[in-house]
Amino acid sequence: MGLTLTWLSVIILIPLAGLFLKTLELSPAQFWEILTSRRTLNALRISFGLSFAAACVNLVMGTIIVWALVRYRFPGRRLFDAIVDIPFALPTAVAGVALTQLFAQKGWLGAPLAELGIKVAFTPIGIFIAMVFIGIPFVVRTVQPVLIDLDPEIEEAAASLGANRWHTVFRVILPSLIPALLTGFALAFARAVGEYGSVIFIAGNLPNVSEIAPLLIVIRLSEFRYADATAIAVIMLLASFLIIFAVNRLQRWAQTRLPAH
Amino acid sequence: MSTKSNLATLAPPAPPLQVYIPAAGLVISQPAAREADERARAVASPKDLRTEPGPIRFIIIALAVSFLTVFVVLPLVVVFAQAFSKGIGAYLAALAEPEALSAIKLTLLVAAISVSLNLVFGVIAAWAITKFDFRGKTFLITLIDLPFSVSPVISGLVFVLLFGAQGYWGTWLQANNIHVLFAVPGIALATIFVTFPFVARSLIPLMQEQGTQEEEAAISLGASGLQTFFRVTLPNIKWGLLYGVLLCNARAMGEFGAVSVVSGHIRGETNTMPLLVEILYNEYQFVASFAIASLLAMLALITLVVKTVLEQRLDEGQTPRDH
Repeated sequence: MGLTLTWLSVIILIPLAGLFLKTLELSPAQFWEILTSRRTLNALRISFGLSFAAACVNLVMGTIIVWALVRYRFPGRRLFDAIVDIPFALPTAVAGVALTQLFAQKGWLGAPLAELGIKVAFTPIGIFIAMVFIGIPFVVRTVQPVLIDLDPEIEEAAASLGANRWHTVFRVILPSLIPALLTGFALAFARAVGEYGSVIFIAGNLPNVSEIAPLLIVIRLSEFRYADATAIAVIMLLASFLIIFAVNRLQRWAQTRLPAH
Repeated sequence: MSTKSNLATLAPPAPPLQVYIPAAGLVISQPAAREADERARAVASPKDLRTEPGPIRFIIIALAVSFLTVFVVLPLVVVFAQAFSKGIGAYLAALAEPEALSAIKLTLLVAAISVSLNLVFGVIAAWAITKFDFRGKTFLITLIDLPFSVSPVISGLVFVLLFGAQGYWGTWLQANNIHVLFAVPGIALATIFVTFPFVARSLIPLMQEQGTQEEEAAISLGASGLQTFFRVTLPNIKWGLLYGVLLCNARAMGEFGAVSVVSGHIRGETNTMPLLVEILYNEYQFVASFAIASLLAMLALITLVVKTVLEQRLDEGQTPRDH
């Protein structure tokens, strides 16, 4: 018991406390100035904005994927089910170089897209693509068990009471998936906001245009501007606390509304 | 995400695929039976009530498959295609470079350190959380989960703030000539931080489900604490433990953000494999970069295969779906 607490303190608590202590060395005015500088604001806007957009895509595509995997039988279904986990398992640096190579101007996908006049690598679109990649498993894996366990009788009841399939899906099935969908969305969003490895290769990293917040932290550190790095880190940390909190509330909500069925 | 287990207990008893044994506190479901049940549900339910018209079904499957192919399969294929683009000779030569060898060695060393420490403390943490009641338990669990949701860059940053030249202990460390940052201890610490949750998180649901009855029985029959742990608890959790170690190892070897902040990128000394991938890529040495990347991709694929096998084993108990 004591051992656990000691270890936890050494590995997690003390380092995090150090982060907050470091912030306290800044006066509120300094803190505010760092956060509202143009470059920081742009980096935060890019990180949070693109993560939100990517999480939205993950929500829609994740739902489609999970529906296909759970409800239909098609050749290669089990293989594709396993494939969903690859973004989790693939080291981020590997994903980063692979996506960059794929979407670069001469890449397999980059070349045809370039002919259409769409430039992906080294633009914000590239960041967005990388964020979509790493977010895929979250929605699929949170919704999958819920959809599998969904009581078939509810659907049959809805259908036999005269609801057409469209109504059944959107009025009966989707509402009961909402807590899981939102949880998956929040997790994908949180992961994308903090993501570093798979994004920085494809991003181009132009200040104010395609520079994500985690990269700005690294840049400030390499310039020995520890205070700047810390201030940005604290804001991002608070954001991820808020997201964990929201996810926990969602889980509780999901559990309380279940017996109603 | 404990939704699965909760749903399983709350949902009205569907076909009896799960055999519940209250005495052992175990839910046993055979993978085969589960699969058969899934199939039965898909086929046996009145066919037009629970499915969509053929064309829509086709569109959904096509969308899902093509999305996964473009976003997941293609990047993986690119890694291997690039690694072997100049032939197998160039591939092997790239891996035999001293720089590559030292990165592989460092990665293995860091993974060994962090996995073994997290193995020991993960088991202790899970044990403390599931077998005892104490105040602040929720806080402890939140603390364990934290590294999952923190940006890897921040995980590295906190150690720079502690051990860096301007950090809290930086001057003291310098005076005593101890190197933490830009050296193996710093890399190991950052890796331990980001991989901390895996073992504990895989064990907690499993140990919670199993309760303390078996341990109590062993103790009351005269077993010592250690005997109880090695003869009763450990055999019960071995698959879950392996599962946690597997994921912990994969992340430890592949970690990039946190390690990149604390490593200092000293060539041949503090470059792990993911860092070497970055450096070589930025130097346009694509074959060498993707050769190292292909090793890491293989690691990921092997991890996934073993994970699938372990999940089937765990189905005899309970599947941790958290990751």
